[in-house]
Amino acid sequence: MPLIQVDHLSKTYRTAIKAPGWRNTLRHFFRRTWRDVPAVRDVSFAIESGEIVGFLGPNGAGKTTTLKMLTGLLFPTAGTAQVAGFTPFRRQHGFLRRITLVMGQKQQLIWDLPTLDSLRINAAIYELAEPEAARRTAELAELLGLGDKLKVPVRKLSLGERMKAELLAALLHRPDILFLDEPTLGLDVNAQAAVRDFLRAYNRQYGATILLTSHYMADIQALCPRVLLIHEGALCYDGSLDGIRRRFAPWREVKLELEHEAVAAELRPYGELSRVEGRTAELIVRREALTETVTRLLEAFAIRDFTITDPALETILARIFADGSLNPPK
Amino acid sequence: MRLLRQLRILTGVQYAYMLEYRAELYLWVLSGVMPFFLMGLWMEAGRLAAAAPAAALADPARFARYFLAVFLVRQITLVWVIYDVEDDVVKGRLSPQLLQPLNPFWRYLASHLGERLARLPFLAILTLGVFWLVPTSRFPWEPARLPVAAAMLAAAFLLRFVMQYCFAMLAFWTERANAIDDLSFLLYLFLSGFLAPLDLFPATVREFATWTPFPYLVYLPAELLAGAIPPGLGRGCLVMAAWLALFTALALLLWRRGLRRYSAMGA
Repeated sequence: MPLIQVDHLSKTYRTAIKAPGWRNTLRHFFRRTWRDVPAVRDVSFAIESGEIVGFLGPNGAGKTTTLKMLTGLLFPTAGTAQVAGFTPFRRQHGFLRRITLVMGQKQQLIWDLPTLDSLRINAAIYELAEPEAARRTAELAELLGLGDKLKVPVRKLSLGERMKAELLAALLHRPDILFLDEPTLGLDVNAQAAVRDFLRAYNRQYGATILLTSHYMADIQALCPRVLLIHEGALCYDGSLDGIRRRFAPWREVKLELEHEAVAAELRPYGELSRVEGRTAELIVRREALTETVTRLLEAFAIRDFTITDPALETILARIFADGSLNPPK
Repeated sequence: MRLLRQLRILTGVQYAYMLEYRAELYLWVLSGVMPFFLMGLWMEAGRLAAAAPAAALADPARFARYFLAVFLVRQITLVWVIYDVEDDVVKGRLSPQLLQPLNPFWRYLASHLGERLARLPFLAILTLGVFWLVPTSRFPWEPARLPVAAAMLAAAFLLRFVMQYCFAMLAFWTERANAIDDLSFLLYLFLSGFLAPLDLFPATVREFATWTPFPYLVYLPAELLAGAIPPGLGRGCLVMAAWLALFTALALLLWRRGLRRYSAMGA
């Protein structure tokens, strides 16, 4: 049985709607009108122990809502979720001891005291003996490169150091199921890389299962062999990153540098022309027609240089999420 | 045992946290000096009554002791958990706490205990100062009564805390739970003995008050602290225990219901 099993999970929020103005305020007071907002719609997936899975989608797609249902903070409207054999919403202690939820934009450390004080509280709550807590703290601090920063009041730490300290606090009880919501939010490139390295090391060392959301493709590319794409509450893809390219972007970019001035009208029959400038031109060519198109181009034009590249994942995702076109472009 | 250790450490860390706010703490203590104004008022009233042969109950020193005790009781039983809970619920800060295997109640309680520890030295200094300035306010030194008064103070704090925690649970349904608590504060003002010792009230009001939780929040512990054994102490303790049990049960019920609502609305 998979470690995380999600079947037809849905969550609908009920929000009161009120038009502005006095009269509407009064009307709202006496007779409320509600609107159902579906946040997650019929989502199903399974995650095996030890996997690192990326959860991708634009803002408001339902990622955080799904994470909250999996950690037991939200009660699903329909469907079921099982995490390590537990029903998350019951929040049994046995379940809580095995999971952690890190939210990049929320903090649990006590702002005015050193991290070590917050760690003492966590150690007590998770019933860790002091020597064991000290050992784990040292071990994680080493992995995170936090050094002596644990004795500095949290408010004096840099954003990157604070995120690392948050991670340390969230992992002191050594959970084997990690739910991470934007763990690298707002961090600079170096700090992002450090957090990524740490997560990979933690996964390897403790065989932890990780489900993480991130807006940074670099995070996903570096960590997640598998991704889930969610759009408007519905799961639209579950597979490898490369699979996204194959499924949603079955085209490649061909860049040409010609001996002579490029003429748009002459190039257009070979593919979708995305740029023409002086002697250079860029064409978008469907994957299956690539070899044939390149052969014809080489025969028809005097070409000095040409390169063929995959479109960037960001570009593909932006395209999917922007126009909602989950079907590959024709 | 486990809970004791958790509580001890939570309290210790909260104590350190409160020491970060020394200046504010001092101001908070000072902002509760209302009883001193009342002390002056009632000492004067007592003096006037003493001059008149009919008023046998008048005893200015008694008021001095009583209102100093009221000040101390109020300082020691001060509770603001409703603001913390409301803030945490509205801003979603309750969520991370719910993911730890410890009921957030204990966190709030420890936060109060830690603060109280940090407040004690100021209180001691202030009390000694009042003893020196108003010699008649000195409590009679009876070591045997001290533990009883201390237990009563602790119980009063707990009752006040659990009562407000109940109102705080309403934060799951309304954004302004503290307004409801403010209403109960009016009753508290009149029935707790905050404005005047309860035995000066007309008999019917006094009798009514003893069945409410309010006299046990101020009057009873203050009288004990000031050196008097209030009549009906035994029955008072029972009524107090009953209220404590009732509010605890109510808090538990509201917590469960509220949590269900919190997790339906969006945690």
